[in-house]
Amino acid sequence: MMLAKRIIPCLDVDNGRVVKGVHFVEVKDAGDAVELAKKYSEQGADELVFLDITASQQGRDIMKGVVRNVASVIDIPFTVGGGIKKLEDARDILLSGADKVSINTAAVKNPELITRLMEIFGKQCVVVAIDAKRNYEVGKGKTIFKDRDGKKYWFEVRIYGGKEGTGIDAIKWAKEVESRGAGELLLTSIDADGTENGYDIELTKAICKSVRVPVIASGGCGKASHMLDVFEKADVDAALAASIFHYEKSTVDKVKKYLKRSGIRIRL
Amino acid sequence: MAKIAIFDYGAGNLFSLKSALERNGAESVDIIYDLKELPKYDGLVLPGVGNFDPAIRSIESSAKHLNKAIEGGMPVMGICLGMEMLFDRSEEGKLEGLKILDGDVVMLPKGKVKIPHMGWNNLEIKGESKFLKGVKDDSWVYFVHSYRTVPKQRKIVVATSNYGVSVPAVIEKDNLIGVQFHPEKSGDVGSTMIKNFIEICDSEST
Repeated sequence: MMLAKRIIPCLDVDNGRVVKGVHFVEVKDAGDAVELAKKYSEQGADELVFLDITASQQGRDIMKGVVRNVASVIDIPFTVGGGIKKLEDARDILLSGADKVSINTAAVKNPELITRLMEIFGKQCVVVAIDAKRNYEVGKGKTIFKDRDGKKYWFEVRIYGGKEGTGIDAIKWAKEVESRGAGELLLTSIDADGTENGYDIELTKAICKSVRVPVIASGGCGKASHMLDVFEKADVDAALAASIFHYEKSTVDKVKKYLKRSGIRIRL
Repeated sequence: MAKIAIFDYGAGNLFSLKSALERNGAESVDIIYDLKELPKYDGLVLPGVGNFDPAIRSIESSAKHLNKAIEGGMPVMGICLGMEMLFDRSEEGKLEGLKILDGDVVMLPKGKVKIPHMGWNNLEIKGESKFLKGVKDDSWVYFVHSYRTVPKQRKIVVATSNYGVSVPAVIEKDNLIGVQFHPEKSGDVGSTMIKNFIEICDSEST
């Protein structure tokens, strides 16, 4: 009766090409978006996430074409995020063939958008992406954590691809977006992202405990055992990864076989 | 070679479904807005996007053509909402269903499981089925739904899935097929089913 834990390759797309950054900054080319999507789908990916990191209008039009091409070749669900500012942007992406849209900066700037999207397309289409980072300037009303040395911090929601802080507590924000109609959360730890040292278990656990909607863990995956670790330690529904798949370090198929052998409920 | 029609309730994305039918061997796939066009086709798909009442409203004026087509043996596949509409009524809406199949549509057990039921779950195959030819018991398929059907005739349920409650996953009555999950999003297993449906349409067209 339990659903399978999902393995989700993530494709950051810039003008139709897949790129991978470290700590949201430095980017390397990793291939054609449609070709990679097809490859991952054939390897047994349970879902795909595309994040459009192009800022220009021209880039967004290219993305619509990419979404259409992806929808015509793959037979698994996929989510598209990045650059979705308003209802029309989301509608364009969904009508081009995406199953879900993911909103991040727009959700912070205009939380009403979450509810509007839920009302029109259903909550199963609405993913809210939360990019969170440790902030050691502890203030009032924050959910406080302590590191081994007793140093206090909280998780701050950051927007514009991690560039700008918001002063918003990530745990509180997760609860709020759930109550506004998000059907799923895509949680990225900026501290862990690109390090390949493993998911941010502390952040992921804290968010999973706070909401009932499915949570996708993201940021930091460098090998299959990192996925096992996050599934065993936090109640996440899915694990997202990019570089482990893009640079052929491993394949979706190998990762899933390993997780199944390790006792995780996996679709094979 | 099968010519397939997809009926559009005006509720959204039919592109993935159309592509899946084309990829899996349909000769042509058209999106139609009026069921009086049905005689031109070898099979019909009622898609799974939208809400119960608006979908019923969009189809009811031409529903008599659907009844006629089904009586004439035309293969019809209802996906998710497209299957739920075939029943008498649904807790999702106030309007009456199409009453082609006897039974109700009810909400999944609230509190017991997360709603919607969204993700990959297993099929338990219960009976003989043309639609499930070559599909193994326990196969994974992709669900996104909040309601389940309760058919009066239990024998038409050829596969179920367990989600806190036994959910009828595939219904088959002659050439009328209903699926609660999304075969167009269910990887290779879903492709096999779509190919089977197209084969059923092919055999009816000759």
